[in-house]
Amino acid sequence: MRNVDVVIIGGGPAGLAAALELYKKDVKNILILEREKSLGGILRQCIHDGFGLTRFGETLSGPEYASRFASQVKALGIPYMTDTTVLELTPDKKVYAASPEGLIELQAKAVVLAMGCRERTRGAISIPGTRPAGVYTAGVAQAYINLKNRMVGRNVVILGSGDIGMIMARRMTLEGAKVIGVFELQPYASGLPRNIEQCLNDYNIPLQLSHSVTDIKGVERLESVVISQVDEHLQPIPGTEKEYPCDTLILSVGLIPENELTWMAGAEADNGTKGASVDEYFQTTVPGVFAAGNVLHVHDLVDFVSMEAEALADGAARYVKEGSLPAADRKVTGDDMTGQLVPSRFSGQDDVTISFRVRKPVRNCTVEVWQGENLVKKLKFPKALPAEMIQIPLKAEKLDKDHDLEVKVVC
Amino acid sequence: MLRTFTCIMCPQGCEITAEGAEGALAITGNKCKKGKEYVEQEMTNPMRNIATSILVEDGELPLASVRLTKPIPKARIFDVMGAIRQVKRQAPVCEGDVVIRDVLGLGSDVIVTKTVEKAEQEGKDR
Repeated sequence: MRNVDVVIIGGGPAGLAAALELYKKDVKNILILEREKSLGGILRQCIHDGFGLTRFGETLSGPEYASRFASQVKALGIPYMTDTTVLELTPDKKVYAASPEGLIELQAKAVVLAMGCRERTRGAISIPGTRPAGVYTAGVAQAYINLKNRMVGRNVVILGSGDIGMIMARRMTLEGAKVIGVFELQPYASGLPRNIEQCLNDYNIPLQLSHSVTDIKGVERLESVVISQVDEHLQPIPGTEKEYPCDTLILSVGLIPENELTWMAGAEADNGTKGASVDEYFQTTVPGVFAAGNVLHVHDLVDFVSMEAEALADGAARYVKEGSLPAADRKVTGDDMTGQLVPSRFSGQDDVTISFRVRKPVRNCTVEVWQGENLVKKLKFPKALPAEMIQIPLKAEKLDKDHDLEVKVVC
Repeated sequence: MLRTFTCIMCPQGCEITAEGAEGALAITGNKCKKGKEYVEQEMTNPMRNIATSILVEDGELPLASVRLTKPIPKARIFDVMGAIRQVKRQAPVCEGDVVIRDVLGLGSDVIVTKTVEKAEQEGKDR
């Protein structure tokens, strides 16, 4: 069994940023394990631009953004293994992985969980109907088109207004397909307003809110889908069914953090995010096991994934050097307007960045962060959307160790 | 005349309103100067960047992704797609390679955004 200070599971944006930051902090006995052929994660297939504005002050494509990190990892000689899948992670931080060289066994002082997320599928949202070819998740269609040079269809219906779905609407239009429309179950779009503008409006692709697919027809290949309007309880309204002939249905209906290893290691879940419960150091309830990026909570921008992983590296480096981190036994709680609240716990001794999303679109709201009777921070927002993560940095000197933090959205 | 825009210059996606006649526009709702420039451009000649791929022969991947170095008029997007579709390169291709200079005379270059090595090197990248 080989000893490694930090094993990083996942060589996407979170894993690469964590590795570089650990290296800068002089934690150099590290190893990145990546199950794909190359480093870079999902960015390898995200060829559109718009990445890096926050992080680098310029707009890059996904592969270029990934290469800024991957080429540094290679230049510094930070060890990594590709085609390597982690099979088991134990609570005492033993890592077992299948690699082209056979089974590898590692004993880590700390582990960084950076596995990212996967897409919700047709099964996850239980669309009725037959099971023909031609039904894809947006990311699978993106991989076929951008990595394999395989066009997935000609007449396309998109269910779900997630960013990847809208980006695929534009991509398929550019490649000559007819995108009939994007249909969204909720009464608001789940992707960013700029993507509604530049991916749908630019190409006259209609977006219909409060609609869903209620039947799929076709034997060998998809022949049509039935779309119904839904009521305020998201239930289909009888009589509103409309049939759209098409050969392809693309699903952009949400992302699920890939946490199998997290639970295997014995980490506790957070009830709100359903990801690991972490503190301000991004440490899970298993000492020395850290999580950041999309495995912890789904981000809209990769820039924030990189920055979160770098913040994680601060904590992980300190854990490796000191053997422990301050106990985080105070809670962070929200109200009925806050979703996806991170972190779950904090110590009160260091800076905390709170991330969350509003549960529905609101205008002119104020976000207040309270600790007991003390108003720690107050921020005004002219508009807040579920599509946009809100981050609130709090300085350690403003916090005490004796009270929980409460996040309130006041409208 | 009142027009509303969603700025696409950054993920904030400001809702920007332009009111009044050309030359005497009142632009509100933008959080930065890029938003004002975007609306002015949008009202005269909307510009967009596009990303697509070129074919690569004997590469570890059949495609290399490309983008434009500068935005082009929105009305010319499909013309530029047509020009890029003609391009085929032998592996290796490298990030930053210019595959079309000054595409269709629009002042923008088409550059590779992903290095694609020759196929026999596949799997040795570790």
